Amino acid sequence: MKIGRVLKELLRGAGITARHFFVNMVFHTLKLFGVRTKRRGAVTIQYPEERKELSPRHRSLHRVLSREDGKPRCVACMLCVTVCPSECLSVEAAEDDDPEVQKYPARFVVDLSRCCFCGFCVEACPVDAIRMDTGEIRLASYARSGLDLPLEKR
Amino acid sequence: MLVDVLIVLVKVVLTLTWTLLLALFLTWVERKQSAVMQDRIGANRASVFGLRLFGLFQPFADAIKMLFKEDFVPSFSQRFLHWLAPAISFFFVAVTMVAVPFGDAVRLFGRRIPLQVADLNAALLFVLAMLSLGIYGILIGGWASRNRFALIGSLRGAAQIISYEVALGLSLVGLIMVFPSLRLSKIVEFQGGTLFGFLPKWGIFLQPLGFAVFFLAGLAETKRVPFDLPEGESEIIGFYTEYGGLKFGLFMFADFLEVIVLSSLAVTLFFGGWQVPWLGGLKLAPWAVTVLQVLAFNLKVFFFCWLQVLVRWTYPRFRYDQLMDFGWKVLVPLGVVNILVTGLVLALR
Repeated sequence: MKIGRVLKELLRGAGITARHFFVNMVFHTLKLFGVRTKRRGAVTIQYPEERKELSPRHRSLHRVLSREDGKPRCVACMLCVTVCPSECLSVEAAEDDDPEVQKYPARFVVDLSRCCFCGFCVEACPVDAIRMDTGEIRLASYARSGLDLPLEKR
Repeated sequence: MLVDVLIVLVKVVLTLTWTLLLALFLTWVERKQSAVMQDRIGANRASVFGLRLFGLFQPFADAIKMLFKEDFVPSFSQRFLHWLAPAISFFFVAVTMVAVPFGDAVRLFGRRIPLQVADLNAALLFVLAMLSLGIYGILIGGWASRNRFALIGSLRGAAQIISYEVALGLSLVGLIMVFPSLRLSKIVEFQGGTLFGFLPKWGIFLQPLGFAVFFLAGLAETKRVPFDLPEGESEIIGFYTEYGGLKFGLFMFADFLEVIVLSSLAVTLFFGGWQVPWLGGLKLAPWAVTVLQVLAFNLKVFFFCWLQVLVRWTYPRFRYDQLMDFGWKVLVPLGVVNILVTGLVLALR
């Protein structure tokens, strides 16, 4: 009795894997011959060629937004520098000619080797000058210097 | 005389090349098939001049990698035996293929050339003997490494293979009773006719239980996943703990060769070898028949390779006591029962 059950379950297991094999092979073959199907043979996303669409809330590389005249929107208030938990932001303030603005960032550097992509800087900014919505996620570099990104130039 | 030697040489080279090629691409098949079974894609990046072909060049990339890796021997290992073990392992598996008939004999320039390297009169015993000798590769490998885990793995492997060797031998006794010959070419010839007028007279239909025992014991002999106690990669790494580079590659390659050898044996003994069923009705040219036969043999072998990969990627590993129980308490009695039933049927016929 028990042997019968074991055999049945063994065959059922092989049936499941075999079914996956054949069903997926059908979809792979259809794709090879250029037939478009709703289902795909594999759940794999072939990364460099194929990109997964990032969520709108995804936090990727930072950017500093600019005003209409092209100057950075940042007023160098240092709130982001203060809130940053990994101390990866460094902002150097300089005096602006416009009395309405008063200060602008001469240097706005984010050290990606330290950044933990928490998004606190975005939350803290009173003038909505920094955002993390570039969608750029390939941030690797061959040298550490490549990870210090001066954002004011972008 | 010289021509005979030349013919044998050509056959040896062809058989070896073909078997090695099959084993090489079996590594690719294993990766791709497991991937497809698990809704993945599998290795597909290896390319030659931008030509990918579903990663078909992956085995060559792997081979090149293995070749250029450091040939490391631990200072506490026995150098010579450490070197000898993978060679033994590989040799005794590869040499079994000489007894396997790839097709019927062909007539070429008035000569009768069997498509088989050596038509041994005790081929079945030869194959079993060579498969058993393969244990020495494992044992020596584990012993020469002077590593406890390697030794545990090799002893496990030796115990497992000796145990299942018994079941393997017993399962074939019934077959020898039905097809009274140890010559593989004869056994294949016996399977040429039909049963009850429509079933091909293959060993599987005459010896279904024998085939089940043979195949399960054979799976254990290949020491792949449901029976991979000698390796046990998640706990002891097994007899090749101290191996790397090409030596490790040879062990792996021997494993894949064993899959092919088991497939060829299963096909030769139980699935009619190169016999194509229901071919007698058609009047074909001799060369066409030969081509069909070789093709049929290889297709059957491919199917069994596929089946073994399916088994390897479906079932989890046995516990060691379960493994021994399965061998001694299930397969060996079943083998004996098979012999008794076969004898009874033959006597009452």
